[in-house]
Parts: sequence; C-alpha cells; structure tokens
Amino acid sequence: MRDKAAFEQVFKIKGGDFINAGESSIRIRNILKDIGIDANIIRRVAIAAYEAEMNVVMYAQRGLMKVVINPEQIFLRVEDKGQGIEDIELAMRPGFSTATEEMRERGFGAGMGLPNIKRNSDHFSIRSSVGQGTKLEMIFELNGENG
Amino acid sequence: MTLDKIKESLNCRVFCGFDKLQIDINSAKASDLMSDVLRFSGPGKLLLTGLTNIQVIRTCDIAGICAVVFVRGKQPSTETIELSKKCDIAILTSDLSMFESCGILYANGIKGVTIKPKNNI
Ligand SMILES: Nc1ncnc2c1ncn2[C@@H]1O[C@H](COP(=O)(O)OP(=O)(O)OP(=O)(O)O)[C@@H](O)[C@H]1O
Ligand SMILES: [Mg+2]
Repeated sequence: MRDKAAFEQVFKIKGGDFINAGESSIRIRNILKDIGIDANIIRRVAIAAYEAEMNVVMYAQRGLMKVVINPEQIFLRVEDKGQGIEDIELAMRPGFSTATEEMRERGFGAGMGLPNIKRNSDHFSIRSSVGQGTKLEMIFELNGENG
Repeated sequence: MTLDKIKESLNCRVFCGFDKLQIDINSAKASDLMSDVLRFSGPGKLLLTGLTNIQVIRTCDIAGICAVVFVRGKQPSTETIELSKKCDIAILTSDLSMFESCGILYANGIKGVTIKPKNNI
C-alpha cells in the first residue's frame, strides 16, 4: 500500500503527558473528516488510535503514531520506547490491566484498550519486547464490508 | 427526550453547551471507565459520569458523545470546561447520585445501549 500512498503523517506522543494525551488521535480524526471518509470508519479509526495513544502515554516514555491513507485503506502504526509487554496474550485479555491508581482515577485501567483496538480494526498486530517497547499496526479497509 | 428536559429532571446546572439543549437524546451511558465509554459512540448520546478530568471530554470527543452529566455534585475544572467548549460538548452537573440519575432518565424513556459484537458498533 505504501507506493501509492495519498497521504502520510507522523505524530509524536509523550509518555506521562495526560494534558495533551489524545491530541494526535483527534488530529488524525480531523484529517479523516476533511478527506470525507465515512463517519463509521472515522469513529473506528479514532477509537483505536486513541486507545493506542493512551497506552503510550500510560506505559511508555515516548512514541510515534504514523497514519497512511490511500484509496483502499487507512494504516496506523503506533510504536513506542517503553517498558514493553511481557505476556501479550495476557495483555490482550479483556479486563487485564496494570494501570496505577492515578490512571484509574482518570478513568483508565479497565483492561479494554487493546480489545477495543482489535474489534475496531480490520487487521491488527502487536509486537513487543520487554524493556524496549511496543509496536501496534492496524489496517482499516475503506471499501470492505464495514465501509 | 431533549437535553433541556434531562436538565430539568436531574435538576442540572449547565456549564457549557447552552446551544445544545434542544438536541434530542436517544440513549445514555453511565460509566467511569473510558474504554467502556469508547464502546458506546455515535450522535444523540449522553454520558453520565462521576469523573470530571479533561480525559473524559477527550474520550467523549473521540466517541462522538455530545453531552455529559457529572453526577454526585462533582464540579468540572476550568480546563475541563475550556476543552468542552472547544470540542463542542455540553457539560451539565447534578447533585443526584449515579443510581438516581440513571433511574430518573430510564423512567423517562431514555434507553441504555447494548454492545453489539465486533466491528458492528
Ligand atoms: N504500549 C504499551 N507498553 C507497555 N505495556 C502496555 C502497552 N499497552 C498496553 N500495555 C499493557 O497491557 C495492559 C492492557 O492494556 P489495555 O489497553 O488493554 O488496558 P489498560 O490500558 O490497562 O486499560 P484501558 O485501556 O481499558 O484504560 C496494560 O495494563 C499494560 O500492562
Ligand atoms: Mg489502555
């Protein structure tokens, strides 16, 4: 998909920055709105991007979110330098969370972020190494059954 | 039920979004969990919550929720109100508990939302 990309942008995410947390996802959402993408797809992309962004804010030092939009698909990659995930299968389980008390007070830590990302995207992959970081990739089909 | 009616029945104070009071609210969600809020999205929806930090507003913005009621007399901070104005989200506060607020709205015909399976949101 990369060779005929119509649009590409990278956003920086800062770990621990709860004030600006979510800004990048909102900017991506606004870009999709401007392009005129279907509202349902926008919502799914925005939710997945936001959950991924919040995870970087909560569990990593810094990260990058890249969005690539072409006529067929929206591709999102969220890559961070951080603590990484020891057991991905466990992390993917609805309800599993290592969120701190502070994060829970802000309404996070339901253990539903990664499951939400999975259910809102058409393709999803996650890779992680402990002490180094985590990489999520998501694809949203623009002409598929959900469009 | 319009947001204005909801305001009356929960005895709310409106902090911002006075222009939204005529919006017809068809369903509501009560939650203090942001990931849970994100499973409930779309127009004409109301969130009842006990959390008042700015992340609640950002989450509503992402989810497309147009109005929030802060229950149990919780007051929003200036940052929260500012962000709500920017995101075009109405903020109301009520002294009622979450349970009472939900009970009143339900009795008035506001429906909850049953989460449907994957991708069908
Ligand atoms: N980018 C990441 N880096 C390190 N650990 C992560 C990352 N993303 C998720 N995790 C781990 O996986 C767990 C589950 O993540 P998930 O997003 O599903 O839930 P949560 O963030 O704990 O709560 P919620 O997203 O519902 O607010 C987290 O608690 C954390 O331990
Ligand atoms: Mg999360």
